[in-house]
Order: sequence, then C-alpha cells, then structure tokens
Amino acid sequence: MRSVFSQSQQSAGNLRSPLRRLGPALSAGRVSVLVVAGMVVAGFLPFMKLGLVVNGLIFGSVIALGAIGLTLVYGILKLGNFAHGDYMAFGAYVAFFVVDGVLPRVGIEGAGLGPFTFGIPVLIAMPLAALVVALGAIALDGLIYRRLRDRGAGTAILMMASLGVAIAIRGLIQLIWTGDTQHYPRDSRQVYHLPMDVRIPPDGIFVAVVAVVLVFGLYVLLTHTKMGKAMRATSDNPSLALVSGINTRHVVWWTWGIGGAMAAVAGVLLAVVQAQLLPIMGWKFLIPLFAAVILGGIGNPYGALVGALIVGVSMEVSTQWINPSYKPAVAFAIMIGVLLARPRGIFGDTQ
Amino acid sequence: MDLSGILDYLVGFAIMAMIYAIFALGLNVHWGFTGLFNIGIAGFFALGAYTAALLTSPPPDPEQFEDFIFGGNLAQHGLLNFGIDLWFVVGIAAAAAVCGIVALIIGTITLRLNDDYLSIATLGIAESVRFFFLNEKWAANGSKGLYRIPKFMGDLVAPENYDYLYLVVVLIVLALLFAAVQRAVRSPWGRVLRAIREDETATAAAGKNIFHFKLQAFVFGSMVMGIGGALFAHHVRFLSPLTFDPLLATFVIWAMLMVGGSGNNVGAVLGAFVVWGVWAGTQFLPGVFADPSFRLCMIGVLIVAIMLLRPGGLVGEWRRMVVRTTAPPATRDPTGFD
Repeated sequence: MRSVFSQSQQSAGNLRSPLRRLGPALSAGRVSVLVVAGMVVAGFLPFMKLGLVVNGLIFGSVIALGAIGLTLVYGILKLGNFAHGDYMAFGAYVAFFVVDGVLPRVGIEGAGLGPFTFGIPVLIAMPLAALVVALGAIALDGLIYRRLRDRGAGTAILMMASLGVAIAIRGLIQLIWTGDTQHYPRDSRQVYHLPMDVRIPPDGIFVAVVAVVLVFGLYVLLTHTKMGKAMRATSDNPSLALVSGINTRHVVWWTWGIGGAMAAVAGVLLAVVQAQLLPIMGWKFLIPLFAAVILGGIGNPYGALVGALIVGVSMEVSTQWINPSYKPAVAFAIMIGVLLARPRGIFGDTQ
Repeated sequence: MDLSGILDYLVGFAIMAMIYAIFALGLNVHWGFTGLFNIGIAGFFALGAYTAALLTSPPPDPEQFEDFIFGGNLAQHGLLNFGIDLWFVVGIAAAAAVCGIVALIIGTITLRLNDDYLSIATLGIAESVRFFFLNEKWAANGSKGLYRIPKFMGDLVAPENYDYLYLVVVLIVLALLFAAVQRAVRSPWGRVLRAIREDETATAAAGKNIFHFKLQAFVFGSMVMGIGGALFAHHVRFLSPLTFDPLLATFVIWAMLMVGGSGNNVGAVLGAFVVWGVWAGTQFLPGVFADPSFRLCMIGVLIVAIMLLRPGGLVGEWRRMVVRTTAPPATRDPTGFD
C-alpha cells in the first residue's frame, strides 16, 4: 500500500509554496528566470501584432477564471480536477437554460445591451449559473471525493474519479441540450478601433472587467478573511491545519464553491466570447487550463493568473505564424517547456 | 435477422472486443501494474492505426483530390517486394515502434516528476496527435481520412467470409500479447513495477531506479496499444481524425479496465468484452437508453461507481484474493490500491 503518510509527505514536498504571497518569495534564481522570460517576450514584441496581444489578454482572463479555481482545488484538495472544464461548460449551459427557457416566460428578454452583444438576461443568468455550479461542485464532493479521501485514496484515484465525473457531465449536457451548437441571444455590434490597428470588441472589455473584479474579490477573501487564511493554511499543510482547529470540512466546501462559481462564470464568458456553446467546449479548454496552472505553480492562484495571461497571449500571438487550429497545441508546448525547465512553475522553487 | 446474420454480427463484435482487450492489456501495464495514469490512449491508438495504414495502403489517388505525400504501400512501390501480407506484419511492428518512441519522449519528460503530470501530458499528446492529422493534409489526407486500407491476406477467402479469418488473426495477436504481458508482469521486472505502484519510496530505498522502471513500463504498454491501433486500422479500413475522439478511444478503455479489475490481465480482457457488450448491446434498447449521450453519461457514472463501490473490479488482482482467503478480514480497503 502506498502509505497515506508518505503520500502526504510527498505532495507536501511537491506543493511547498502554494498560495504563498509573491513578495517574500522572490529569490535570485526566480528573478533571473523572470528577467530572461521578459527579455524573450521583449525580443518578440516588435514582431507581434498588438491587436493579437489584446485578444490574448481577453482570452487569458477567461482562462484565468477557470485556472484559479482549478489551482485552488489542486492545492487544497490535492486533486487535479479533470472535470473542471466540464464544470465550465455546465455553467454556460445552465445560463443558457435560464436565458432561453426561464427568463422569457417572465418577460425578460433581449440582446444588445449598450455596446455589448448580449442583453440583461445573460447578466441575470451568470450569477445563477455560478450558484448552481458551486452547489453542484460541493454536492459532488460529498457524494464522491469525500468518501474517497476518507478511504485514504491517492491522487490518481481522485483524478480517475474526476475523469468519470467529466464524462458523466458531458453526457448529461448532450442528453439535455443535444450536441448541436447553441448560442445566447445576441446582436451584432461594432468593435472599437484603437490606434496601432487594435480592435477591441466591447464584449472583450466586459470579460476583462468581470475577471479583474472576481480576481480582486478572491484576493481580498484569501488575505483578509478568516476563511481565506484557513484555506491557505490547509493548502500548505492539511494535517497541521486540522490540529490547529481549522474546520477543514468548511474549507473544502468553500474551495469547491469558489472554484465551481468561477468556473461557471468562465464558462459563460467563454460562450459569450466564442459566440457559441458546445458540449465539448469545456473538455477542449482543459489543456490551456492545466498549462496555466502548471506555469504558475500548482496551488498558487496568483501564479495561475499570470500563467493564464501568458498562455492566452501566446496562443493568440502564435496565430501570426502558425495555423490557428494549433492554438491548444501551443498551450501544450508551453506546458511541456515549463515541465522541462521549471517543474514547479515560474514562481516555484527550483529544486 | 436470420441466423447467419446474427453470427456475422457476433464475429464483428468479437473482433472489436478483442482489439479493445489489447488496449486494456496495454493500459493494465500502465495503470494496473505500475500506477501510471495515462488518459491519452487515443493518441497512441491514432498513432498506431495511422502508421500501419500509411505503410500498407495504396498511394494517393489524384482523381479523388488526395494530396498526402506518403502514400504508403511500400510493396507496390517496389522498394522491397515482400508482398502485401508481409508488409502487414511490418506495419504492426512499425506501429509499435512509433508508439514506443513517442512514449519514450513523453515519459522522459514527465516520469521524473509528480504522478499527475504524466496524465496531463498524455491528454495533451492525444489532442495534439488529433490536431496534427486533422490539419496536416499532406500526412494522412486530413479530415477526409484514409480509406482503401488493405485487408491482411484479403485474397485468401471470399469478402463476405473475411471477418472469420480476421477473427483468428486478432485472436492470435491477442493471445501472443496476453502471454507477453503476463510473462512480463510475473517476472522480477513485473514485481518491481508492482512495488513501485505500492510504495515508491520503499522501492527506491531497495535500490531500484524508479524512473527507469516506470519509463520501461510506459514504453511497453504504449507499444501494446500501438499494435491494437494497427489491428483496428485493418479491421475498420477507414481512418479519420474523428475516429479517435476521447470517448471511444480513451474512456471506454478505462471503463473496461476498471470493470474487469486493474492489475489482472484476465480481468482486462473480460472487462473489454463486458463493457463492449453493454455498449454495443444498449443500442438495441428502446428510447433514451439507446441515445449515445445517455450511454456516454453512463460510462462516466460507471467509472465513478466502480471507484466508490468496487475498486477491484469484477475479478480483482489475484494476489489480493489469495490474501483475503487466508488472512483475517482486512480493516482497511481490501482492494487496497489507495
């Protein structure tokens, strides 16, 4: 048997710096890597189309919302959740159900609110979807993952179960909403033209603002509330957190709740940006998500944010030189590169 | 449906189930014996199938707007006139070799790291292989796919009876691979793999190079999967990137191993037949049960249910069963691969 003790020792060793503040963690090696990375980026800068960079930042903020939830669950529960992409897709479809099936009955309809392609219904549906997915994620934990954890199951078993959950959710989505393309009611809108051939769709600004607000909210929660501190403590050392009187059960609920809610919002935003919903959209999003999480160091939400922006920009900018359909492969290549050079992520320890 | 129709259906069913059994054996080497978490089976499936198909099928036909460059059929090109049926064997060997090389590269990068990274990397490989064959039309005709993949010894029997011959071919390959995997995991080498699965630290302390053993197991299992892919290509005789979607090329195989019992080769083969039987059988059910989405959902529920209720699967690992009959009831989880 893989002893539970050695398992937790091992993972504690591997995830030593989760959720740590960036400030005190800047060592010489880390700074040099960042400087080199910055120089590489700066070297490419004159050749990059600024418009693609802006698109990449918008796409990156969607990745960030998904990746932050994924990295929190990964760091605190030691579970690489393969169902996270499907939580996103499910959130997008729940919002679609509200927009398409519920709100028209009470007379709330419409698209093209102000400069945006979507209308009031999507704004109402987004928090509802976040709530549904958050509760669903907590329920699934009680139903499946908690039992496996209580039995002392290792990470691979947990990940296997999450794979099963991912398949089941996707099957459920296809069963309810069919495998066809759907979309929220939308109006076509013009894009803003900025200097240097930068075009920003208004929806992109909305996505970025929502992402910034949510990330800031999470930052406040993690650093200024008791629950946030308990979450960081549990991520660092679960056993120590338990003996120091932290209610780890509540920590687990909050982790799933935050992760699920952010995933649902990310799913809705993805559906808005891509102007369509597909059952497979979440699964397709897994590679950029994991790339961002690994780039930032597993368990580090700020790292995931930076990683997501890097992945998003790289994926968009790469279309300047290579076939756009290889975008996910670019995320994968970044991930492999990070695994080769700095397996603990750009902010992680070197050894 | 008359009797011979039913028989034909059963033969076709058995061929597919046995091909899946080969994948389940390969996955058993990865997960069942070594604890390597490969969720990119589809990648090795596709690589094996495409390698064998490209080596044996006829060159591209310009009249069909085919413009891939490597038109295969080396026999017809007169490079080495083995005759097509020997090239079939070469194709299978090449499929295994290609999968082995890819596994070597991925394994070298990820197997030194934490277990989780391998799974994420294999997921990426599976998707990347699909993107490659979808976008690079020169490689294998893109989304239009490869067809006219030749039969093995196709001239020997009448086309309507060909499946009977192929059934025997697949059976022989499955038997050989079963014997090979069984022998490998029973050997001292296999004991090290199981030791790694149970307790990596203790195995390392016993002087074993964990990384090398993991890498060997990963390459070996991937080569088995490559052979399965080659047999699949010659059976369905049409390949497109869409053939290798994660559902039927990865998840179903995981469900098979889980149902049969990971860590047991008999269980892997049994699981392949049971799950493929349920999958193929449910399409005859009325209403929602025949809906592919419903069956997809059920595959997921099945995997979770097995993890929760019967982690050992139908058969379980032999060693455990021996322990259970002689030792007092275990206090911890009896199937024990936690």
